[in-house]
Amino acid sequence: MKVEARSDAALALEIRGLSVELGKRPIVSDVRLDVPSGGWLCIIGPNGAGKTTLVHAIAGLMPHTGSVRLWGRPMDELGRRERARALAVVPQLPAIPESFSVDQYVLLGRTPHLGLLAGEGARDLEAVATALERLDLVWAASRRLDSLSGGELRRAVLARAIAQEAPLLLLDEPTTGLDIAQQLRVLELVDELRRADGLTVVSTMHDLTLAGRFAHRFALLSGGRLVAEGPRSEVLLPHVIAEHYGARVGVIDDGALGWAVVPLSGSDA
Amino acid sequence: MSTHASIVSPRNRATVIGVGVLIAAILAGLLIGPVRIGTVNVFRWLFSFGQAPTGMSEQEALILAELRLPRVIVAGLVGASLATSGAAYQAVFRNPLADPYLLGAAAGAGLGATIAVGYGPAGAIDVTVPIAAFVGALVGVGLAYGLGRSNLGGRAGTSLVLAGVAVASFLTAVQTFLQQQRSETLRQVYTWILGRLGTTGWDDVWLALPSVALAVTTLWIVRRLLDVIEVGDVEAQSLGLNVTRLRLVVVLAASLATAAAVAVAGLIGFVGIIVPHTVRLLVGGSYRSVLPLSVLFGASFLIIVDVLARTVAAPAEIPIGVITALVGAPFFVAVLRRNRRAI
Repeated sequence: MKVEARSDAALALEIRGLSVELGKRPIVSDVRLDVPSGGWLCIIGPNGAGKTTLVHAIAGLMPHTGSVRLWGRPMDELGRRERARALAVVPQLPAIPESFSVDQYVLLGRTPHLGLLAGEGARDLEAVATALERLDLVWAASRRLDSLSGGELRRAVLARAIAQEAPLLLLDEPTTGLDIAQQLRVLELVDELRRADGLTVVSTMHDLTLAGRFAHRFALLSGGRLVAEGPRSEVLLPHVIAEHYGARVGVIDDGALGWAVVPLSGSDA
Repeated sequence: MSTHASIVSPRNRATVIGVGVLIAAILAGLLIGPVRIGTVNVFRWLFSFGQAPTGMSEQEALILAELRLPRVIVAGLVGASLATSGAAYQAVFRNPLADPYLLGAAAGAGLGATIAVGYGPAGAIDVTVPIAAFVGALVGVGLAYGLGRSNLGGRAGTSLVLAGVAVASFLTAVQTFLQQQRSETLRQVYTWILGRLGTTGWDDVWLALPSVALAVTTLWIVRRLLDVIEVGDVEAQSLGLNVTRLRLVVVLAASLATAAAVAVAGLIGFVGIIVPHTVRLLVGGSYRSVLPLSVLFGASFLIIVDVLARTVAAPAEIPIGVITALVGAPFFVAVLRRNRRAI
């Protein structure tokens, strides 16, 4: 049986009672989350809230209790490669093999599709070519990774995940270290891919304005607990953010400029 | 598409160069020696498949068939083994300085072989030495990796190499002690440790070939997966790779190749650093290219070094490990400086 983004299964991801402990210390406690197929869920929360741990636990990269279902199938039943064909992870700080060319790096995304002894076939090279094209990296295919800029490198990592052809994309801080233009570009690309291919996206993000503009639902994690979950209008509220981030913010929803979270200093009060 | 041919197979030009260099190295190994056998004669001998062609003495044919050819083959096998296992250790430990010699694999193999020579049944040395060398190599790498990993602290590279150096020194000290205890086998062990290419014959070829073939084939098969490990354990797992199992298979194969090399040629250092890093400079870091080319260039490198070892100070022979260390130590420093940030 394959894990596929079936339209009849409305939920891409069903998380129940998920907890992670590191050396007896609870990092993530009893998280319950549903992500509809084709949706974009953003996990937000202050530093150390357990966002990355939660992403790793969902991906099955970290021992945890509780259950995770992908389009109705329990993750535990999936083999390693089957799992990797169902969900692709883009880590916050990907390890970059500097001397690899971009196409060699993107080709790594085909790993779960290949048997131990199998070499890559035309289908795999096609997936690489498509991923490079969609992330506007065709020109860089044979360039070395260490010759790319930060934004280009992010796109290369994303291209690797796209070449993986998994229906669920887990992005841990996809915009870290990028300038404002590159942040927008990366998120717009993710959104385009989501719409065009019906991908489901789960991301963590620090920039609440960008998060609020792209994601559909928000899960606020604080001290490892899920303290709020829902659409922007229910989660990204000044008093909620103040309580869990310990920061004073204002939320503006300007007809011309759009929606934004702005930090307030003491004198702005 | 033209760009795609280059992703999955070694860069063609580099492969052609590698094969060319290997052929040149083999010819040099056959041509150069204390007895002058003309170039034309060597070629005629090669194409008459071992029969002494007209105009060549039986003795000259014998020198080629029983001395030079097996020596060239063993040097090639040893060079290929050390270079390939160096590349493989570098991949699975994600450490540019990993090398069979520095990781304690070679010292472990040396200790194992010493025990087999000094304490094992005298009649069965041909069987016990390779097995003991293999076990010793695994113990050496296991100790270095275990010790190096237990105090990582973000500087995994340095601590692995330091642990390897400590393990190598310790195992070498134990080996020296055991040698003293069994002084009657001292000579046998010593000639063996310094590298026995001077007395190489066809029996050494048959001793090394099965292990080397098995190990190098295994590493060649998994070369694609070595690339996946380059993105780190967690990411490699997220791509569906069983990292623990791959690392185990690769360490076993690389240690088998190292043990085979040590069993026929003694302790030769730095080949596993010099060759893979030179290959990386030529074709980039993907193991799809680095691994096959390390086999070719590793074989060529050691054949050429062996030619130097027997000609530079002729009629005396310089131990081959002395030359690789003379080249390798500065090379090691260069790699260390280049990778300062990564280590």
